Amino acid sequence: MNKILLIIQREYVTRVQKKSFWIASLLAPFLITAIYAIPIWLALRDKEVKRVEVLDQSAMFEAKDFTDREIQYQLITGDLETYKKTFAKQGFSALVVVKKNILEDPRAVQIFSEKNVSLPLKSSIEGIVQNKIRSVLMQKAGISEKVYADTQVDISGETITVSEQGKETSSSSGGAMILAGVMGFILYLTLLLYGSQVMNGVIEEKSSRIIEVIISSVKPYQLMLGKILGVGLVGLTQFLLWIVLTIGLSRVTSALYQPEVKKEVRSIKDKKVQEAVKEVDKSDISPMEEVSKVLASTNIPLVIGCFMFYFFFGYLLYSSLFAAIGSAVESSTEAQQFTFIVMIPIIISFLMAQYTLQDPDSSVAIWASMIPFTSPINMMVRLPYGVPTGELIGSMILLVLGFLACSWVSARIYRVGILMYGKKVSFKELSKWIFYKG
Amino acid sequence: MILSIQDVVKTYAEHIALDHVSVDVPKGHIFGLLGPNGAGKTSLIRIITQITAPDSGRVLFDGAPLSERHVNDIGYLPEERGLYKKMKVGEQLMYLAQLKGMSRAEAQSKLKDWFIRLDIKDWWNKPVDDLSKGMQQKTQFIATVVHEPALLILDEPFSGFDPINANMLKDEILAIRDRGTTILFSTHRMESVEELCDGIALINHANVVLTGEKKEVQNRFKKNEFEVSFVGELLGETSSFDLLGMESSQDNRRKARIKLHEKVRINEALGELIQHVDVYAFQEIIPSFNDIFIEVVSQKK
Repeated sequence: MNKILLIIQREYVTRVQKKSFWIASLLAPFLITAIYAIPIWLALRDKEVKRVEVLDQSAMFEAKDFTDREIQYQLITGDLETYKKTFAKQGFSALVVVKKNILEDPRAVQIFSEKNVSLPLKSSIEGIVQNKIRSVLMQKAGISEKVYADTQVDISGETITVSEQGKETSSSSGGAMILAGVMGFILYLTLLLYGSQVMNGVIEEKSSRIIEVIISSVKPYQLMLGKILGVGLVGLTQFLLWIVLTIGLSRVTSALYQPEVKKEVRSIKDKKVQEAVKEVDKSDISPMEEVSKVLASTNIPLVIGCFMFYFFFGYLLYSSLFAAIGSAVESSTEAQQFTFIVMIPIIISFLMAQYTLQDPDSSVAIWASMIPFTSPINMMVRLPYGVPTGELIGSMILLVLGFLACSWVSARIYRVGILMYGKKVSFKELSKWIFYKG
Repeated sequence: MILSIQDVVKTYAEHIALDHVSVDVPKGHIFGLLGPNGAGKTSLIRIITQITAPDSGRVLFDGAPLSERHVNDIGYLPEERGLYKKMKVGEQLMYLAQLKGMSRAEAQSKLKDWFIRLDIKDWWNKPVDDLSKGMQQKTQFIATVVHEPALLILDEPFSGFDPINANMLKDEILAIRDRGTTILFSTHRMESVEELCDGIALINHANVVLTGEKKEVQNRFKKNEFEVSFVGELLGETSSFDLLGMESSQDNRRKARIKLHEKVRINEALGELIQHVDVYAFQEIIPSFNDIFIEVVSQKK
């Protein structure tokens, strides 16, 4: 037992000392933070105001109609042809013409510009014109603006799960789907990533020939187990670093941006923005609320506990197979002909997870979450939607049994494979090794 | 007997590696394990190091059946050497020593002694990758002996060493033997067998074909042959011996190899020689292990 601890320690320390470990551990949180911080930063940075001339031939618009955060409109009157020639020279990025027949023809708006018109500019102009025309048309039809405003309702259904005991919990299927997808994907990545690390570790020991020295000191299964656990711990350390660093970094960035964002919001007195804010207030689901709703409707300790369980045993199951493959070959390139047999179940379970995500109670999903090879990913995908306790326990027992069976087979292949040199092995050969005597 | 191998059988799928093999290794000896490639030496060593188990038969270590607790009493230097390439020399040796059951402190102090003795103090923090092949061999040797095992198994220990380091290694091996360690020494180099071994076992085709003390084995292979150095002419038939070969050397002196006839005593043959020539030297020919090896192995075929 003491020797397994030594092996775990070596596997862990040598990996954590590597530069590549720290690069991966630090880079990922920076990337994640950057993914949302950069757009915010750009949005705040981009103070350049576009100036646009509006030639209103319909004479329905007032200057106050044309207001926008980023675009400065200027109402003009006069001859279209002369403006067409001059607008660009005078520093306007576009010239908008609202024709006389705008009430009859919704396409009677033209935008002239030297370059292609940007999408935000186009939609800003269209929005302004549309709002105006709508209110004019409504007035003509005798509908007051208040009536119009009152009829703008936004329906959003609430999903409620009823448990076997009849307990009702308000759930959020959108949020559950995101949570399920994220957990499934993390499991998929880690199984592949750390499984192949175990395999390469075994190949390294075999090809550098240190293996014979080591197994004259410890039993092969101790070495295999120590390696698997050591690499698994490295994986957990990396998870922890990612979580801590990502949270830390996003705290820092949001603290940096917070005053600016608030200032920005305060400075916008724009009617449209105020409307938008009102709309958000009206609707039930703000993003923050959505998140907290998911958190409230899921059993956090259960999810975390299950995630650890399925990560641990799923990783053990697959990495023991990876270790067996590593023992049978002498180089990573040679390993490729065997790795597919372990990759296929991982990839299949990831593909099945797409179905499970769509329909977590279908028979495909239930089977996928019971079979040991596919259960780690698929059960984690099902879990946020709620899984009957019996199925969960059954799946866990099956996974542990699956792991025991796999590690038994792997250990038997491993103990023969690590001493086998200069021989191209086939699957037939591997299956024979399982039945070799001690 | 530190090691007693009794009637051990080991078969692999295709062939018999060890066919009822019995060998006794006396305590404190350097014991040569000889045999052509593929004879079964490595299979036997792997059974002693408990990397594999025999199909039948038993192995006694110091009188007790070989078991897991003996792992720490054995040091093994395999023929195919290897270390973790990216690990530092010191770290690596600490790890290997602790795997043999040493405590951290113990391993550290013993390793320091070795680093001073072999004058390699500045290697401690070097990655193994940066060492030359000979330096790696030294490192590996330290890893094999640092836990002061009662039984040391060396498989071709001299391969990869230059003459100076080979000599140093030889001295270390003898010093370790003198401290009471038994050394099981597998090699193809017969001159080092003659130089170092106290006893041998020769394995061929999965069987022990020859075993015993070095002197006793050599005596067994004596052919009653002598080398005579003389001046004069040695012609025609002689009654007590056959002339096997002759070579001339400087100052008219010649050397001849003779084989005594059966039941002829040495003095009889010498008497006959003296009648014909002036004898300057007369010496028994002791068979070299090279000759013994070749004779035994080719005979078996």
